[in-house]
Amino acid sequence: MLQLKQITKVFNEGTLDEKVALKHIELSLQPGDFVTIIGSNGAGKSTLMNIISGRLAPDTGEVVIDGKNVTTMSEHDRARYIGRVFQDPMAGTAPNMTIEENLAIAYNRTVRRTLQFGVTKKRREFFKETLATLQLGLENRLHAKVGLLSGGERQALSLLMATFTKPHVLLLDEHTAALDPARAQLITNLTKQIVEQYRLTTLMVTHNMEQAVQLGNRLIMMDGGQIIFEASGEEKKKLTVEALLQEFQRIRGSQFASDRAVLV
Amino acid sequence: MITALFSSVEAGLLYALMALGVYISFRILDFPDLTVDGSFVTGAAVASVLIVGGVNPFIASLAALGAGFLAGCATGLLHTKGKINPLLSGILMMIALYSINLRIMDKPNVPLLQQETVMTIITTAFQRFDQALATFIPFIPKTWAIIVFGVLLVTIVKVVIDLFLKTEVGLALRAVGDNKKMIASFSGNTDRLTIIGLGLSNALVAFSGALIAQYSGFSDIGMGIGMIVIGLASVIIGEALFGAKTIVRATLAVILGAIVYRIVITLALRVQFLETGDVKLITALIVILALVVPQMVATRAEKQRKARKRGAAVASTQADYESV
Ligand SMILES: Nc1ncnc2c1ncn2[C@@H]1O[C@H](COP(=O)(O)OP(=O)(O)O)[C@@H](O)[C@H]1O
Ligand SMILES: [Mg+2]
Repeated sequence: MLQLKQITKVFNEGTLDEKVALKHIELSLQPGDFVTIIGSNGAGKSTLMNIISGRLAPDTGEVVIDGKNVTTMSEHDRARYIGRVFQDPMAGTAPNMTIEENLAIAYNRTVRRTLQFGVTKKRREFFKETLATLQLGLENRLHAKVGLLSGGERQALSLLMATFTKPHVLLLDEHTAALDPARAQLITNLTKQIVEQYRLTTLMVTHNMEQAVQLGNRLIMMDGGQIIFEASGEEKKKLTVEALLQEFQRIRGSQFASDRAVLV
Repeated sequence: MITALFSSVEAGLLYALMALGVYISFRILDFPDLTVDGSFVTGAAVASVLIVGGVNPFIASLAALGAGFLAGCATGLLHTKGKINPLLSGILMMIALYSINLRIMDKPNVPLLQQETVMTIITTAFQRFDQALATFIPFIPKTWAIIVFGVLLVTIVKVVIDLFLKTEVGLALRAVGDNKKMIASFSGNTDRLTIIGLGLSNALVAFSGALIAQYSGFSDIGMGIGMIVIGLASVIIGEALFGAKTIVRATLAVILGAIVYRIVITLALRVQFLETGDVKLITALIVILALVVPQMVATRAEKQRKARKRGAAVASTQADYESV
């Protein structure tokens, strides 16, 4: 479904600020895989997501989606295959447009935009039904500007907008990190529900190890631009936070003390 | 006096098209586009030269609209492909257009007084109606034709803009001005949308220029100076006076803003010590006022609200104290 072949990315190459963000990343996702990604700050997780989505170009390597090499495809063309939710709840929606207008924009992720009306009677019904699955009552506020919603509501809407058109790959980059614990839990539950419902192939970056262990069928740990640990299947099911921390300590011994705070 | 006000409404209607163009770039795309000073004249120049060359004035005006579209697209290209910042892209295009406009006109001024124009055609068509009206209405303007034509045209353009901004492409265009990252993640080509949006904006500006040239009987290389500020003044005055909650409301507000602006200028020029040359200064002052006054009103309201709250808090602690 998604293959990353030998992805390398260096920022500010040849200057004093040179920073190797990704080193020879190899990753292959099967349809329906739900991979959680953890790693300390600066590990390269966001860079990886941005390279998959086309916001950044890799220095070397290939991104393949559904057998198609998309490495040089523009961000907006590639968006036909990819659904995304960002960390910032403000980033995924247009604040001065209404809920139904935002949904109409999301609807056109996979369908070429024309001079038809974005919100038709039929679509409005569809939007209502889809919004109802969030159980936040947003289906009764179709004409409300999205800027008026709370952070949690906006993020729930962003999640719905990224997923209701069934993307080939769903990218979630710490999409619960900016929310208070209760709201974060809500979005986590919705994520689980939606990913299962649509059987989405998903990559989810999270700062929460508990969440990384509980969700998904695969787990990846990144550090210094590399994948340093991977677990899937039965191994992943048996994984605990404590075991993960030990694993991290075994691989990166000395850094453990400083990173523990970030990871937990 | 009434005649002067009447003609400021006429001109206001024609300038409203330009203001709608400015509304699209400034408000919808969130792109401060200074191309306007140039593209307004481009519209006037193209229409005048074609009319003098014997082309039907309606077709000449549409050609002006097309020329404006191209000018706007060029600014869009400078910004998106050339990665030049929005203000500079507009300024560069404005300067480039100055020379291009001179080339189009081949001289700084093209008179249209002896020509058949959109204005003369509709005035002639309206003659019967004007005569009939003259028997009912005591106030007699030269003709009702331009007002009626202006209202019709501006209404049509407004409705088309309102509808367009509700289409799939229109929604994407609005999203470009609202959240670029978001629309890109939903397959929107932000570069192309920006270019199209600026094209449409300047098409309206040039169309307005073409009609103003025919209304005032000439096109002149300097007629676009400060046009962007007039456009902004109309948008800001309109929004401040009539609100901008929805698109439908905002486009109406911009049109009314353009008319109000003309009326204010007409009245200001009747003040003894002001001269025609002061118009630009007055315009700048109006924009400054329209920008500053709402802010001051808001801060004042906020202060009063806070003061009330503080008062209420004091009162309630006192009440608590007394109840103990
Ligand atoms: N645009 C950029 N320019 C320079 N350095 C960057 C840029 N983006 C990220 N980096 C650097 O690359 C490294 C990886 O960053 P990032 O992928 O954001 O990490 P993570 O998301 O895992 O916290 C960090 O050291 C960061 O400072
Ligand atoms: Mg990150």
